[in-house]
Amino acid sequence: MATVAPHRVRPGRSVELGLLALALALGVSAYALVGLAETGTLPADIFGYGAGLVGLSVGLHLVLRWRAPYADPVILPTVVALNGLGLAMIYRIDLAYEARERAAGFAERQLGWTALGMVLAAVVLVLLRDHRTLRRYTYTAMVVGLALIVLPLVPGLGTEINGARIWIRVAGNSFQPAEIGKIVLAVFFAGYLVTNRDTLALAGPKVLGLQLPRPRDLGPILLAWAASLAVLVLERDLGTSLLFFGLFVGMLYLATERISWVAIGLALFVGGALLASRVFTHVGDRFDAWLHPFDDANFNAEFGGSGQLVRGLYGLANGGLFGTGWGQGRPDLVPWAESDFIVASLGEELGLTGLLAILVLYLVLAQRGLRTAIGVRDGFGKLFAGGMAFVVAFQCFVVVGGVTRLIPLTGLTMPFLAYGGSSLLANWVIVALLLRISDSARRPASELAAPGGPGDDDVPDAVTGPAPAGSDQATELIDVRPS
Amino acid sequence: MNTPLRRLATVVVVMFLALMGGATWVQFFQAGELNADQRNVRTLYREFGSDRGPIVVAGESIASSAPVDDAFGYQRSYAQGPLYAHVTGFYSVVYRRSGIEAAMNTELNGSADSLFYSRLQDLVTGREPQGAAVELTIDPAAQQAAWDALGDQRGAVVALDPRTGAILALVSKPSFDPNVLAGHDTAAVVAAWEDLQAAEGDPMANRAIAGTTYPPGSTFKLVTAAAALEGGLAPDAPIPAPDTYTLPTTSTSLGNFGGSSCSPTGETTLADALRISCNTAFAQLGVELGDRLLREQAEAFGFGTPLDVPMKVTESSFPADPSAPDTALSAIGQYEVRVTPLQVAMISAAIANDGVLMEPHLVRAVRSGDLEVVTETDPTELGRPVSTQTAATLRDMMVGVVESGTGQRAQISGVQVAGKSGTAETTDDVAPHAWFTAFAPADDPQVAVAVIVENGGDLGSEATGGAVAAPIARAVIEAVLAE
Repeated sequence: MATVAPHRVRPGRSVELGLLALALALGVSAYALVGLAETGTLPADIFGYGAGLVGLSVGLHLVLRWRAPYADPVILPTVVALNGLGLAMIYRIDLAYEARERAAGFAERQLGWTALGMVLAAVVLVLLRDHRTLRRYTYTAMVVGLALIVLPLVPGLGTEINGARIWIRVAGNSFQPAEIGKIVLAVFFAGYLVTNRDTLALAGPKVLGLQLPRPRDLGPILLAWAASLAVLVLERDLGTSLLFFGLFVGMLYLATERISWVAIGLALFVGGALLASRVFTHVGDRFDAWLHPFDDANFNAEFGGSGQLVRGLYGLANGGLFGTGWGQGRPDLVPWAESDFIVASLGEELGLTGLLAILVLYLVLAQRGLRTAIGVRDGFGKLFAGGMAFVVAFQCFVVVGGVTRLIPLTGLTMPFLAYGGSSLLANWVIVALLLRISDSARRPASELAAPGGPGDDDVPDAVTGPAPAGSDQATELIDVRPS
Repeated sequence: MNTPLRRLATVVVVMFLALMGGATWVQFFQAGELNADQRNVRTLYREFGSDRGPIVVAGESIASSAPVDDAFGYQRSYAQGPLYAHVTGFYSVVYRRSGIEAAMNTELNGSADSLFYSRLQDLVTGREPQGAAVELTIDPAAQQAAWDALGDQRGAVVALDPRTGAILALVSKPSFDPNVLAGHDTAAVVAAWEDLQAAEGDPMANRAIAGTTYPPGSTFKLVTAAAALEGGLAPDAPIPAPDTYTLPTTSTSLGNFGGSSCSPTGETTLADALRISCNTAFAQLGVELGDRLLREQAEAFGFGTPLDVPMKVTESSFPADPSAPDTALSAIGQYEVRVTPLQVAMISAAIANDGVLMEPHLVRAVRSGDLEVVTETDPTELGRPVSTQTAATLRDMMVGVVESGTGQRAQISGVQVAGKSGTAETTDDVAPHAWFTAFAPADDPQVAVAVIVENGGDLGSEATGGAVAAPIARAVIEAVLAE
């Protein structure tokens, strides 16, 4: 329930601390259970590991108390829980890899990336006092975003893994620029759309009951469409392509409220993807592997076949309703079990029950992000928060949908769960940004004028047109009391 | 912008519902099918990782599983590998299973329907699930005697309890060691398998029940004699027994073994003809009876009946529509008559059991992990190929064979043995197969045996069934009766 100020808002930091305790208990006990299941003893580093995770989380919690006391109290615990589960699973897969004498040590590095990600989140929270500052960099963000998209195509820098060219290799580490790219592009889309939303929302011809935009305003969406198709064809990754285009269409809809943009976007993308699958064999192969994964030809194909997808499905099936339990399944039989297919690994050992619980955690995270967007007062903040909350949810959809064969498999990784430095850093930055925006969304109006708070408005409020019901001017606050 | 944000929140919920639906579909509805997919190595690991039940002969495990510290968890081993190889079969990670391991797989791995309550108990008491023990009917003394007596010769021995159909001995040579196929080192197993495939004499073929079938030679005269007796011929009535018999409608002349004469008068009795295995008399008798009666009699003894003991038995066959000369040859077990050693043992067993043919079986009982009997094999009547009277007459005739005929080397002091020899021509340039089938004691039969020694064994072209195979049959009978 939204209530209208004046209203005494509780910052919610103690709630956050309580939830954080639960989340940490979940992550650390999962880690302990893996050790118990695999070797019969607690992992040797359980205390160091537990202390590290607790220290980092509590540290971030203290930063929030200091710099963003009104930030949403659910977001941080949710993310810590996901990150902890991911670490436990990666550690478990490490043990399996070690047993089979394969390269391991992912958990250690992932823990390092987690620490770095949480520190980075703290830095963002400390340095970025007001999210509206980012609007100044709208066009810088455009340039950087496009550069990040094309980076994997640069010869010598980009590398192809598993058929998709969405990685770059720097100093021996592979990095997915798209992960950072989605934040940067969200800044650009938010800044661009908040300025141009009125023009884009202007009505054009009405066809079949659908209010179409003016043809002359189609430019930006066509550009975004062309860019994402280029990603699909040149980088061979439907996931990245879908992610950017989905982000753009989603934010375009948020800005204009026109369903017609979504319809046009969807039609363009599906049409383009189908055309690409006809014209380019590598795209077509991926579709074929998706539609007919159990054909022997696809299953056994060395490249671009369905072997990985089907092995992931075997893993999920092995888990069944309640899972095999930590350390009792064979997630290591699925290629990329620690990254692209960590969802299958978790589904195998925690079962459908565990997987549904994890999906609920993501849903909670996305909904808290969208709630933040509803609560924040400025248009840029709304678009930016809405866009980032949506992009996290959408990425989950693309990854889990790919693993469960709802949509074709892509090379994206599950935010917070999957092994991967770029993904973890980028998603922790998203968390920091959402926390920052939620702080200003939930801060009572009386405190807005406080020096240093988000009250000093250096950006003109973009919302000038006829405001829809429940519009931005209303001081909406999120009621955190149970209702 | 709040209305589209709320709508977007709904869209996110719908996306997650789709993911949950997809996960449920894979992990619940499709799981059974995925788990059963033969490309799913997980199924193999799960099976090999379980405590498989032992195969038991007279209270001793001849195949058992012991925990080992590798990816599978359990190692199958065979206490007397080569001796029982064609009974147990093998259980291999690479080549799956054969023999009892294959035929009783669901009992051994504990997944059989009959073990439902046992599984339920395990679930309730929290006991580690264990496969059921399969208890065999094999008599270890008879098995060892057959193995020793056959020596290095190629061939097979089957011994039955005529009263129940229980298989007391089942030996096929050359044999192999199933332990080499049960290893977990894939490369070593593949090498061992290829060696066995290339080995001379095809050691993996189960000659007793499922190798290439053999011409029965003179042992088939029991069938011809049975048909004649059932048709009303008296055992002591005179029948023609010329030195040579010209096959009807041809100029081909059929002689007796070694060109000998059956009778100075050119006439003999059925009993004498069987005693000295007179070809001309039986060929002529066969033509008189006709192929239909011969086939019906053969089928009554089990020819053409699909059998699972529980391994699948190759069906023995009588030619479909032989000409008169081919019928003559068929009546003495040549031309296209083909049998398994088990079938020959079944003929003796039916005669021994007053004309009642019992269904041969190898499994006495299945016991759950806590040694409770789950299923027990009840002796089943397969048919009544001859009347009690005919059976008694045939028994007396077979006693004559051993006492003063071609089977004298099967004599055992103090025990009346009934038997029939056979020497089956295959092609001109290869030595004939030596056969012997017998049962004893004649007045209270406890064991029926069939022995084949391929190509005359050690004696080669000099061999006859009476010389080479009869002593082996005697050894097995002695072993059974010694108890």
